[in-house]
Parts: sequence; C-alpha cells; structure tokens
Amino acid sequence: MIFLKLFWSFFQVGLFSIGGGMAAIPLIQNQVVDINGWLTQAQFADLIVISEMTPGPIAINSATFVGIQIAGPLGAVVATLGSIAPSCVIVSVLALLYYKYKDINIIQGVLGGLRPAVVALIGSAGLSILIMAFWSEAGFSLDIRSLNVVSVVLFSVSLFVLRKWKPSPIYIILLSGAVGAAAYLLM
Amino acid sequence: MTGEHNGKNRDIEGAKRDKRLYIQLFMSTFSLSAFTFGGGYVIVPLMKKRFVDRLGWLDEDEMLNLITLAQSSPGAVAVNTSMLVGRRMAGLLGMLVATLGTVLPPLITLSVISLFYTAFRDNIVVNAVLKGMQAGVAAVIADVVASLGAKEIKQVISALIMAGVFCASFFFKVNVVYIILVCGSIGAVRVWLGQKRRDKS
Repeated sequence: MIFLKLFWSFFQVGLFSIGGGMAAIPLIQNQVVDINGWLTQAQFADLIVISEMTPGPIAINSATFVGIQIAGPLGAVVATLGSIAPSCVIVSVLALLYYKYKDINIIQGVLGGLRPAVVALIGSAGLSILIMAFWSEAGFSLDIRSLNVVSVVLFSVSLFVLRKWKPSPIYIILLSGAVGAAAYLLM
Repeated sequence: MTGEHNGKNRDIEGAKRDKRLYIQLFMSTFSLSAFTFGGGYVIVPLMKKRFVDRLGWLDEDEMLNLITLAQSSPGAVAVNTSMLVGRRMAGLLGMLVATLGTVLPPLITLSVISLFYTAFRDNIVVNAVLKGMQAGVAAVIADVVASLGAKEIKQVISALIMAGVFCASFFFKVNVVYIILVCGSIGAVRVWLGQKRRDKS
C-alpha cells in the first residue's frame, strides 16, 4: 500500500531528523533513493535544489514533491502528515515537561552526542550531490574529461564567496543557475 | 436578567477574540512560512520578531526557551516553533491552526513546482540551470558542514563519531535511523557517566 509506505517513510524522516535545517537531507536521501527507489540520485539532487530555492522546511518540501510524484496530491498530503506527526507528539510532550520542570539538560546532553553525527551525515549527503554536479549520473571517475568544468568552477567560487562574505545562500544558488545556463548556451 | 445578558455579551466578545486569535495565528504562520527563504535559521528569528516584538504574545525569555525546545525536538524547526507558540497561545486547536499555517505554503508551492518539474526536466536549458544550481547547493552544504564541523572536530570523541558516521553513511549506506539511534545513545551514556563522575567528586 503506497500511502502507508509514504507515510511511514516520511514519519521516520520526521522522527529522526534532529538538528534542523539540513539534518533532514541524509534521511530523505536514505529513504527516498536508497531504500524505496522513488527518486534517482539525479532527481534527488534536483529536489534539494528546488527545496533550497523555495520557502519552507526541506522535509515538508520533499514530502510534498515525492508524495505527488509517487501517488498524486493525496500522496503529497499523506507524506507531509507523516513528516510532521512525530514532531506533533514529541513537541507536546517536551513542552509539558518543560513547563513542569523547566529543565532541558538531559535533552541537551543527548543532542551533544548527535551533533557530530548530524554534521557527518550532512557532509555525506552533500558529497553525493557534489559528485552528481561534477560527474553526472555516471558517478565518480578519475578520467579528467568526464569532469564538468563549469560545475567545478561554480562550486569553488561559490564556496569561497560563502566563506568570505556570508551572503544569503539563495543568491548563490540563483547565480549558479544563471551562470550554468549561460555557460551552456555559450558553449 | 441584566447580569445574564452581560454574561452572554461577554461570551460573544470572548468568542470573537478567540476567532481573531486563531486568524492572527494562521495569518502569521502562513505569511512567515510563505515568504521566508532559507530554512529554519532564517525563519526562527523572524518568528521571534513577530510574536514577541509585534504581537506581544510572549516575552523574549519564554520565546527563546520555546525555540530551544523546537530545536531539541526532531523535525523541522519552523514547524516545531509554530506548534509550540500555537499551543501556548490557544491550546491544541491553536497548535493545529499554527501547524496548518506553516505547512500549507510549502505544500502548495511544491505541488505546483512538481508539475512543472515533470514537464520541464528534459528541457536542455532547464537542465543546465539545475546543473549549475547543484554546484551552488553543494557549496552551500559544504559551507554549513565546514562551520559546524570546525566546532565539533576539537573534541576527540566528536571527531571520531564524525569519521565513523561519514564512512557508515557514504560508503556503506547504513540506514540513517540506526546511526542516529547509536550516536544518541553514545551521547546519553556520556552525559550519564559525566554526572556519575561529578557525583563522586
């Protein structure tokens, strides 16, 4: 039953993406590409691009996108519900505990152990998107001719600008898209 | 007789006020969610501005604590913060209204985009744009990892966790759920051992 599967997959994404923002990316990749094969790695990279460009949390954006591709509008709603259901319950429980005991030390402790893991997971997902951008679907290769030079330059310049001037990521992504199109049309 | 009449009036006024609160809650979360690009790190300060400075619903300390709770809970920080504020202001129904307001904009936007995506992904120019953007997104992620990783790598245990998790995830494609469970347990045991040591000394 596809709706149940969608709900359960995004329920796990919602339940285990701790640390906000990009922490959901590796979980979504794991569920959507590796486990269920709903998207190819290339489509997943597109999905992250689209999620970064549009407002709203990545988990909700992905749930909607994957849900609608796999099972239409109802699929989008079901997947979105799945992704927010765990927060709904956990946030309520934590709020009750907080207003009762005003102590969040233990939760913070567990988060301390998770933080390095989340960083590594984001790095791992980021690297697969980078490989996608540099070598396309064929994947990593030592053959220098298969390397997409435009992407390599775009990545290096973007990273330099981000580290140095800390602009909003949205401008970097938009500009990269424009340069990518311009480079294609010129060559 | 008049007292009863007054009570009835007050009920109606109260209901009106409730209705306005729900509408304000929905409009606030909806517009914040619809127009805020850049994820949790951007939307949370804007929520603080709206709920603390403009609407005066919460004081700053309580808002900061709610944000900490939202960040400690799994799931999207923006959704979690909305849920907490909604619940605080208007109970379970408020939580529902705030969640709906936060979730609807991305649900609508992405539904529309996914239609275009299916129609346009084979277009060569669109492909070139997406390809360029992939490089940009990879740079954004690398930037985030570098900033977060610089803090974590100073501690030996954290550095080891990072190396182990990276290998498990990138090379062996281990289910992320197991990774999170194992690392969360390591964190919990560390806190527990630390507390034990402090109790002894």
